[in-house]
Amino acid sequence: MSSDLLTPSLAGNSVLIRANPLSKLFAAVVITGVVMLSIDWVSAAVALTFEILLMPLLGISMRGLLLRAWPLLIAALVAAYGTALLAEKTGAVLLHVGPVLFTEGSVAAGIAIGLRGLALALPGIFLAVSTDPTDLADALAQKLHAPHRFVLGALAAVRLVGLLVEQWQTLGLARHARGAGAEGNALVRTRNFLGQAFGLIVQAIRRATRLAVAMEARGFGAAERTWARKSTFSPVDAWVAAVGLGIAAGAATAAVLAGTWTFLLS
Amino acid sequence: MIRYSTDPVAVTASNWGWRHAGRSRFAVRKLDLDIQPGERVLLLGASGAGKSTLLAALAGVLGNDDEGEQEGSLLLDGGSPASRRGRAGLVLQDPDSQVVLARVGDEVAFGAENLAVPRAEIWKRVHRALDDVGLDVPLDRSTSALSGGQKQRLALASVLAMQPGLLLLDEPTANLDPQGVIEVRDAVVRVLERTAATLVVVEHRVEVWANVVDRVVVLGPDGGILADGTPAEVLGEEAARRSLAGAGVWVPGWKPEVEGHLPGTAGDPLLSTRGLAVARTRRGAEVLTGVDLELSAASALSIVGPNGAGKSTLALTLAGLLKPRRGRVTAEALLECGAGADPARWRSAELVQRIGTVFQEPEHQFLTSTVADELEFGPRRVTREPESSFRPRTSDLAERLRLVHLLTANPFTLSGGEKRRLSVATMLATSPDILVLDEPTFGQDAVTWAELVGLLRGLVSGGGCVVSVTHDADFTEALGNRILDVRAGGVVQRGTP
Repeated sequence: MSSDLLTPSLAGNSVLIRANPLSKLFAAVVITGVVMLSIDWVSAAVALTFEILLMPLLGISMRGLLLRAWPLLIAALVAAYGTALLAEKTGAVLLHVGPVLFTEGSVAAGIAIGLRGLALALPGIFLAVSTDPTDLADALAQKLHAPHRFVLGALAAVRLVGLLVEQWQTLGLARHARGAGAEGNALVRTRNFLGQAFGLIVQAIRRATRLAVAMEARGFGAAERTWARKSTFSPVDAWVAAVGLGIAAGAATAAVLAGTWTFLLS
Repeated sequence: MIRYSTDPVAVTASNWGWRHAGRSRFAVRKLDLDIQPGERVLLLGASGAGKSTLLAALAGVLGNDDEGEQEGSLLLDGGSPASRRGRAGLVLQDPDSQVVLARVGDEVAFGAENLAVPRAEIWKRVHRALDDVGLDVPLDRSTSALSGGQKQRLALASVLAMQPGLLLLDEPTANLDPQGVIEVRDAVVRVLERTAATLVVVEHRVEVWANVVDRVVVLGPDGGILADGTPAEVLGEEAARRSLAGAGVWVPGWKPEVEGHLPGTAGDPLLSTRGLAVARTRRGAEVLTGVDLELSAASALSIVGPNGAGKSTLALTLAGLLKPRRGRVTAEALLECGAGADPARWRSAELVQRIGTVFQEPEHQFLTSTVADELEFGPRRVTREPESSFRPRTSDLAERLRLVHLLTANPFTLSGGEKRRLSVATMLATSPDILVLDEPTFGQDAVTWAELVGLLRGLVSGGGCVVSVTHDADFTEALGNRILDVRAGGVVQRGTP
């Protein structure tokens, strides 16, 4: 995992880049909301299909996506396999080798879990790769009127989180040089890991304190504030929101019609 | 020419003092000082004389009664600094800890936004400020992609966008390479010509600012003011120069005296590299290739070159902390003593007895909660020597690096110079044959500098090998001028090995 997962990577003028972060957030929330509500393969498959079909329009290449998000694909496969292995064994037996038993029911459950994981993850990834955190903060504060001290504090924190990865590596080298490297038996390793984690926290707090002073010195904290960049809505945003709603509704309708809708809490 | 500053600020301190909460001693006390609007003041004083505290107070960020106790008064244009929000702009030493946002344009706009400046006016100010500091990059350039000198100019632009009448610079060039120092100094000069703002700058390296300021104020170590006058008056007089030098100030035209001398000839080889290429991470880009190098006992090597050329990465690779990307780092028999020829494969305990590394940021290497534990960590916990064998060595180190009175203190509470001395001492506690240091003299006052150089010379004449990444030409010279010059795409060796 590297810090660039937090950095938007899309360039150019695709729909997602032009849209306001709030409309993207809205679309992502309704789609993931519906997919989360039901554990079934139809709603997940419909949502996932639309998400993948829309990728060229959104300006996201399959290759770029795989490069960044391949761990998710593996996680989804592992989750699907594990569910198929352990879920309730209903329906005809498909494979039975020793203790390994797959049935139609367990495999369907596994596929549903795997698809659902991907369908849930993609909207978030689309949002992350296309949205600068600063734009999101602008939109939250100006359009939703979230408290600006909180929004800007969180924004500064997000930037520091990206720097923590680098800090962790440096701390590891610095501690190895002192004789507290990541080696030895499990107990020693654990102790050194905890020591390094504590060191990281200390550094993060010191850094955050210095940053808070720097922000205060630049006048941060007053009640009134202006925004250098105006967060605006355009017709694109209506489309993004409508398509998000459409995918969510389509997925739910398809699952209900197919009779596979299984409400999460039922 | 556009003069976009509002009026320059006047500063008045009468019997002013500040004590940080939880400290028994006042950081600054009995300060009486008048600074006229538009004056350019260089503020000097020994470490701990309260220079940074005074700047923070002027910037209005010292905090309220919970954070300390104030006596007397300190006023900007007759009002408290907190009530003069935006009139004072503060630039700090560390380029990385003052960047708030991800993009250059937003970063510069931040201060003006906080002052509720109308949007159209903000962007005018952003362009003017970037123009003034000579930072010619797109507004959407990532702030983390800038060099140290660029980041400090960005910090300067960020406060300029607030149109302050008082510019406060707290060692703005201490962490920069010579190129960066000149960039930032020239930017400040340009800005002052344009805005006529009042300037108060704190800096150990006086010669950088001596020609820019029209007044030098020296804070006394126990409160009050030691000297106050034009640069010629304060820096020209012999007694004043001596007392400043004694307080650790880098007086122009004067070099600290350093003890010890270097041996004429180097000893047997300890470590060599063949066709070495280095990279910061396992998959990161190669930053430097084709390094063929030999490190011998009783020798010193300075690795120099511009920022980003891969000096630190090379040093970490030589130190056995990073794996070579290509080529080999080979420890000779004299150094490896049974640990194997590849330093990158040594265990921590093997490494600390052979190669010590002093990181640029001392805090990264502190592991315990007292200075005494810190000194004894290596020999006691890592190499597990008997106390009778390491005690004389650690006591001697504590003595020589003036740490004895701090043995029960928490390492994180030490001053910058003390932290640096401790981080060197901890590395020497396990008697490594090679000591690698990354920018050991960044931000150090002249007294700490001379101690450090004396100690390193002692190591070399005792048969040790010292490798330093440095921009400090005086330091390089004091250690014998053997240089590895690292530039984009290649290395050049100079001086006798």
